[in-house]
Amino acid sequence: MAQDTAQGTARGTAQVLQRPGESKAPSSPAERTARRKALLEWIAVHSLGVAAALFFTLPFVFVFLTSLMSDSQALSRDLIPHTWEWANYRKVFDTPGFLTWWRNTLIYAGLGTVLTVVSSVPVAYALAKFRFRGRNLALMLVISMMMLPPQVVVIPMYLFWAKQLDLSGTLWPMIIPLAFGDAFSIFLLRQFLMTIPNEYVDAAKVDGCGDLRTLLKIVLPMAKPGIAAVALFQFFAAWNDYFGPQIYASENPGAWTLSYALESFKGAHHTDWNLTMAATVLVMAPVILVFFFAQKAFVEGVTLTGVKG
Amino acid sequence: MSAPTLRAKRRPSGLAAKQRKQALRTLAFLSPWLIGFTVFFAYPMISTVYFSFMHYDGFRPPTWSGTKNWTYVFEHYPFFWPALRNTLWLVVIMVTLRVLFGLGIGMLITKIKTGTGVFRTLFYLPYLAPPVAATMAFAFLLNPGTGPVNSILEKIGIPAPGWFNDPDWSKPALTLMFLWGVGDLMVIFMAALLDVPKEQYEAAELDGASAWQRFRFVTLPNISPIIMFAVVTGVIAAMQCYTQPLVAGKVASGVIQGAGTMFEPGYPEHSTLTLPQLVYNLGFQRFDYGSACVVALVLFALSMAFTALLMRRRGGLIQAGD
Repeated sequence: MAQDTAQGTARGTAQVLQRPGESKAPSSPAERTARRKALLEWIAVHSLGVAAALFFTLPFVFVFLTSLMSDSQALSRDLIPHTWEWANYRKVFDTPGFLTWWRNTLIYAGLGTVLTVVSSVPVAYALAKFRFRGRNLALMLVISMMMLPPQVVVIPMYLFWAKQLDLSGTLWPMIIPLAFGDAFSIFLLRQFLMTIPNEYVDAAKVDGCGDLRTLLKIVLPMAKPGIAAVALFQFFAAWNDYFGPQIYASENPGAWTLSYALESFKGAHHTDWNLTMAATVLVMAPVILVFFFAQKAFVEGVTLTGVKG
Repeated sequence: MSAPTLRAKRRPSGLAAKQRKQALRTLAFLSPWLIGFTVFFAYPMISTVYFSFMHYDGFRPPTWSGTKNWTYVFEHYPFFWPALRNTLWLVVIMVTLRVLFGLGIGMLITKIKTGTGVFRTLFYLPYLAPPVAATMAFAFLLNPGTGPVNSILEKIGIPAPGWFNDPDWSKPALTLMFLWGVGDLMVIFMAALLDVPKEQYEAAELDGASAWQRFRFVTLPNISPIIMFAVVTGVIAAMQCYTQPLVAGKVASGVIQGAGTMFEPGYPEHSTLTLPQLVYNLGFQRFDYGSACVVALVLFALSMAFTALLMRRRGGLIQAGD
């Protein structure tokens, strides 16, 4: 895939800088103006591209640079640190509770992702490959749930978890529901499973495979890229979740997650933007690293188990 | 399809038994979601409707209060109309800008021929930044005292706004942050633009169409379903906007977070209040669960109205099965 783009890019540039079929000086004035126009367009487009790239990347750069400033410099209007204070990151890790928040986030994201995948795959498979009355209604209900803001049902849910089960101040009210299918994941997996030709499923049936065996042995290996995508999205969703911890964990700092605890740095360190930004970098970095790491897995998954229709 | 002779050999109820078995297997596969739907959606929805007619503070048992919660929310609760106005502002202005900007960036990336992969990744990364982290980053970047953005603006000689500390500028500041995270739209527009048939562009060029005419009569008609999709999902997301305005307001107002911290949502001057925040404010700060459920139902009605647009047979989310 990377090769493709590289080749395409090389070709594109070559085309822009040099029309195919002519290697030496241009022959006619018309061709020369066309080439000049193409070159000007290339320059305009790439200047815009660089401007856009600055807009998208500078915030990251400023945040990172500030995270390395000394306390006194963080209060100034400087953009570049005089001394590189890598110790700021150590200070963040030494903040009471930081490692607990890290652990909580990993439990919520990790366990939540596993439960989501295990519970959503069979549902998505039924919605994609079984025929039954009410299938479209079920799909519409899944989409409705997917579009529902969590605040709509939070009052009864909170009363249920906190008053009836006495589980507020823990991560469980956020994790347990994921064991019963997550609407967005079901929808996404269903879309992916729809692309797997029915012939595979039918052939497995003819060979005497039961539904469960067909799913586990035939469909799952083909659905790996889809499952990877769902797992990634669910991991990010848990990592980014603010409302869940705010409702269920706020009373107990021992149950906070990183996303929820992040703003407490601003409070604990008043105007020390440097430590707040160091903590911000630490919350952003894993997500971006996972993305780069998983991008490879995606491409690999697609090439290895590409469903050939 | 079994021949009658074969069926005669089996039990007479063979076909019915097979159907029953199929229904059971479907139920078994759907069971996680059926439980989830009942416990985490249907029951709380009914319960929310029930509580919207009850007075309940979480301590004394709930008592029937008729439409009192409803009249309170619409007539006396000071935050409802400001929040609805802000939500409308975000829906109209922020969504419009985000779709236009996303389309622009999508077109730009299809035109870039050198280093496409690098540009695409750089444009996409901000979309992945966790909402709280992105909000903290922008609260710092745009803070009026020492923020880099205002430092640079003042060096150039442009009057620097107060961003998250100025009621007139807090929503534009939020919008700027959402424009920064436009990567998702860039990706879907890029895919749509690359799908436009090349022949149509060639035909337009032969007819001597200008660049604007090519965009207007070839590009737009081809990508209009995707624009529609982007607008509708954008509207839904804008209505449900919660974390970013809440955190931005809290950080800008300087409250220290912790158990039992009282903060007035919507700082400055209710300019960052959104509907979902009202559910939190009424339920978990004022312990008025009944009125919180009224706002929840308003939010539900709005969300579902726009979701219905996505479920149309044509140009909707559902591709026809089979």
